[in-house]
Amino acid sequence: MDAKEVRQLFPILAQEVNGKPLVYLDSAATSQKPLPVIEALDKYYREYNSNVHRGVHTLGTKATDAYEGAREKVRKFINAKSTQEIIFTRGTTTALNTVAASYGRTNLREGDEIVITYMEHHSNIIPWQQVAKYTGATLKYIPLQADGSISLDDVEKTVTPNTKIVSVMQVSNVLGAINPIKQIAQIAHKNGAVMVVDAAQSAPHMKIDVQDLDCDFLAFSGHKMCGPTGIGVLYGKRALLEQMEPVEFGGEMIDFVGLYESTWKELPWKFEGGTPIIAGAIGLGVAIDFLEQIGLDSISAHEHKLAQYALEQLSAIEGLTIYGPKERSGLVTFNIDEVHPHDVATVLDAEGIAVRAGHHCAQPLMKWLNVTATARASFYLYNTEEDIDRLVAALKKTKEYFSHVF
Amino acid sequence: MSFDNHLDTLYRQVIMDHYKNPRNRGVLEDENIDINMNNPTCGDRVHLTMKVEDGKIVDAKFEGEGCSISMSSASMMTQAIKGKTVEEALALSKIFSDMMQGKEYDDSADLGDIEALQGVSKFPARIKCATLAWKAMEKGLHSQK
Repeated sequence: MDAKEVRQLFPILAQEVNGKPLVYLDSAATSQKPLPVIEALDKYYREYNSNVHRGVHTLGTKATDAYEGAREKVRKFINAKSTQEIIFTRGTTTALNTVAASYGRTNLREGDEIVITYMEHHSNIIPWQQVAKYTGATLKYIPLQADGSISLDDVEKTVTPNTKIVSVMQVSNVLGAINPIKQIAQIAHKNGAVMVVDAAQSAPHMKIDVQDLDCDFLAFSGHKMCGPTGIGVLYGKRALLEQMEPVEFGGEMIDFVGLYESTWKELPWKFEGGTPIIAGAIGLGVAIDFLEQIGLDSISAHEHKLAQYALEQLSAIEGLTIYGPKERSGLVTFNIDEVHPHDVATVLDAEGIAVRAGHHCAQPLMKWLNVTATARASFYLYNTEEDIDRLVAALKKTKEYFSHVF
Repeated sequence: MSFDNHLDTLYRQVIMDHYKNPRNRGVLEDENIDINMNNPTCGDRVHLTMKVEDGKIVDAKFEGEGCSISMSSASMMTQAIKGKTVEEALALSKIFSDMMQGKEYDDSADLGDIEALQGVSKFPARIKCATLAWKAMEKGLHSQK
């Protein structure tokens, strides 16, 4: 894959910020959108915007076909058995909250355990804290190794026969660590627990096969993988989804409504109350086509190369600390001695470089790292080694600038 | 010598001095106002203690974690409000808020070091850093009234 060629398809990248060509290194927060996705949204609104599953008219059929067609694309993308296992949500957060509110609150009791890790994003912590509060279950954390990775020994020690849910991110948005989900799922299942996967940082960057992972639930967001904001996916094994109650009630998700009782549509629609995210789903489907045309394996390989190059270049900067293991996804989180990450990000922004600074929605992890905030450069298929060279030059300037103003 | 004109409007020498040598850092033991405020989107944190007697702020200290802008602003704020009446401090806070939003502000008041923060208004992403300690001060004083 040729990143420079791919880049041409992302119109937003061809601009100057603060008088410098934009270097966008914040794709872990949200990715940029390629022309095919932008055009698909435009086409939907211009040519066949209509509500789905109800109108008898032509546009309604067209919109329904496109919406359900996107579901089939998602199914293939993660190799689910059936489109009944693919629920469109607002994003990863809503997907995880659905599992927590529906499966978690119904199936957990006092004495049960929920197991997560120290590296989780807030959206894979707080829903479980709430389940624990509501049911009396206990929330437990798998500790991290010194380099921020997870050891299966620790998983074995933390997960017990009392554990009912294990929920782990596949790729850390801060450390870049790639977690052994398949093996963790085996340990969860051996103990009778269900395995939930936060795939927000993995689905955009690597091939996912839910049958191979044998996870019970998996959640990801469209906007981090070249799709629009406001669309995400909850995958769940059919047998589990069948026994779960919907979380949102209203139009679109019902079978029959009486005065005092109602029944639900079949899967997956019983979980999609209200007018669904039609344009978002169609846009996500096109984003999936786009990523698959390039090939997830090529994207992974490209990002791996960039991450290793960035590690090498950034490690050479004196006074710069890098967090996370060497083997990692396409992001590098770091701090410069004596300079707060917000100040780093402001200087980089003045150089036209967009990075994230802050706690990255992972306050427990920040505590574990013993920092209050960090800066993060994250890469995607449109980034190049030149982008990293620009970052490195700007970081050197940052150091120099602050040693000068102090 | 100017290293970078654009950045120099933000990182003025006096700001860096307050960041490196914060005034009134710590926690008052005989405070009657104790306020914690966070900026949840970025993790900045300010803990402000004040002692108010007969409508006058006789002492103020802060501690916390954050970037150069949030911490220097907290330092300057405590410096500025010590010895002022509650009304004067709130009036100053209004001036500061206007200054941050790039509005016309009452420049008849002696702003001292605070004036150096004016450049923050040109960096919209950093305004919240500068206003954190001031919001804590306002909240604290209002809670007492």
